[in-house]
Amino acid sequence: METVAEWFLWLKEAHGIKLTIFYDELDRTRFLSGVWTTIHLSFVCVLASIVIGMAGAWLQMSPVVWVRRVMSGYIAFFRNTPPLVQLYFFYFAVDSALSGMLGIRGGIMSSYGWAVIALSFFAGAFNTEIFRAGIESVPKSTIEGAQSLGYSRFQIYRYITFPLAYRVCLPSLNNNLINLVKTTTVAYAIAVPETLYISNQIWSDEYNVPEMMNVVWIVYLVLVGILVWLMHRWEKAIRVPGFGQ
Amino acid sequence: MKHLSGSTGTDLPVMLPFRPGAATWDARDWAGIATSKRFGLALALVLISWILVDSAYAQMVGGKSQTVWETLVKWTPLMMFGPQGQFGGFILNIVVSFIAMALGTFMGLWMGLGQVSTNRFIKRACWIVTQLFRNSPWLVLLFYFMLLLPFYINIGDTRIEVSGWAKATFALSLPIMANVSEIVRGAVGSIPTGQWESAESLAFSRTQTMWRIILPQCIKRMVPPWMNWYCILTMSTPLISILGVADGMTLTQDALAAEGRSEYLIPMYLWLMSWFFIYSYPIALWTRKLENRFAVNQ
Repeated sequence: METVAEWFLWLKEAHGIKLTIFYDELDRTRFLSGVWTTIHLSFVCVLASIVIGMAGAWLQMSPVVWVRRVMSGYIAFFRNTPPLVQLYFFYFAVDSALSGMLGIRGGIMSSYGWAVIALSFFAGAFNTEIFRAGIESVPKSTIEGAQSLGYSRFQIYRYITFPLAYRVCLPSLNNNLINLVKTTTVAYAIAVPETLYISNQIWSDEYNVPEMMNVVWIVYLVLVGILVWLMHRWEKAIRVPGFGQ
Repeated sequence: MKHLSGSTGTDLPVMLPFRPGAATWDARDWAGIATSKRFGLALALVLISWILVDSAYAQMVGGKSQTVWETLVKWTPLMMFGPQGQFGGFILNIVVSFIAMALGTFMGLWMGLGQVSTNRFIKRACWIVTQLFRNSPWLVLLFYFMLLLPFYINIGDTRIEVSGWAKATFALSLPIMANVSEIVRGAVGSIPTGQWESAESLAFSRTQTMWRIILPQCIKRMVPPWMNWYCILTMSTPLISILGVADGMTLTQDALAAEGRSEYLIPMYLWLMSWFFIYSYPIALWTRKLENRFAVNQ
């Protein structure tokens, strides 16, 4: 650790490349906390968006016309408005309206909380479509076959529909989740202390914009790269043989 | 095994094709609702009652204060066209999306052709560039190119100023380039090898085969995802407001700051969102229609 710090100090002395996060204790701590915030923000949003997607897909199959219409309204709205404006809308407008209504001063939730809500609903709209398409790709005759074998409704879902549907929608789902992780950078706009925001603070303090910019880019490429690699392996492992290409 | 799949799009008789875009009822439902008389009537009723309640509320609070509706109307020209004599507002978002899409498509087409090149070095290099820009967040790319590209370029004695929105447009065109490149690669790969072989037997060169036989067949497969990316790009243009370009988002916030009243927040943001929605939703519906049509023919 010491030698690494010394090497980067030498790099600064000899070439003027100021990578403060490697030798400055304060910068290192806050940068790592920023990366950690990105990771758990992504994780929470991924989980929440999957839950929203599942609930949404279930509601979209509802026999009540109005429930389906409300759901397709939700999907159309979140897919066709910019995520940044959605985020501002939740953080500034909805927050102040709700806190005004409830009589709470200073907002009801932190920027982190609103980022989770806005990003989850945004990705959840895409997930809903994906899950619905997955469930629809299981033919009726398969379900009828299971019924004739005496499976209950829940058992059919548990042993027939879900295992097939989840394998079929996994590639699209993974694409969307990877996109979601990339979209967490938008939380920068409402001052969530994630990687980009913290790096902006560091380069404002230390005047090392090019160095930090490259570091940020590499950090995101590594994070997304790990995710892409894991997802691909998972896709390969559970692929339905002969389905698709 | 493509020829076995027939119209279902799958080799596996147990499963139906997976088509997330191809919703069976909701697209039609919504198009139907949007054009029906009942919907128009309901919308008019909502608008009228909103304006009435709005002005009644303003009367109650104090006669002089303006209603939400008046505020929206007052700020609409600024949010739409930018400050007088300057270029900005929602129109700038659309212009940026057009230019970035054109630039990205042009670069992406060559990058995609590079990815299917027979030269191993070109193939590898194009693959790396594609993956690099496909897997980085848009906002990071925006920051990167906004902060590191020069403010002006010297060509001989003339100094050309590079405006913020031009740099932002270039930065936004890079992820589009990468994704178009993937679309091209996927489409070229999906053409049966028989096409290549028969072209070869008719003494077409590789370039001729690519441009006269393969690419024309690819267009049908490339258009729907390409349009989808246009929608995603348009939805990403407000990101340029974070870097200080006076687009629709920036000016909406300026207008809100000038009014300084929290009850205008929700209507103003919804107003801006509705513009994006009205612009993008027809494109999304059209994309879906094309997807369905092309899926049947293949």
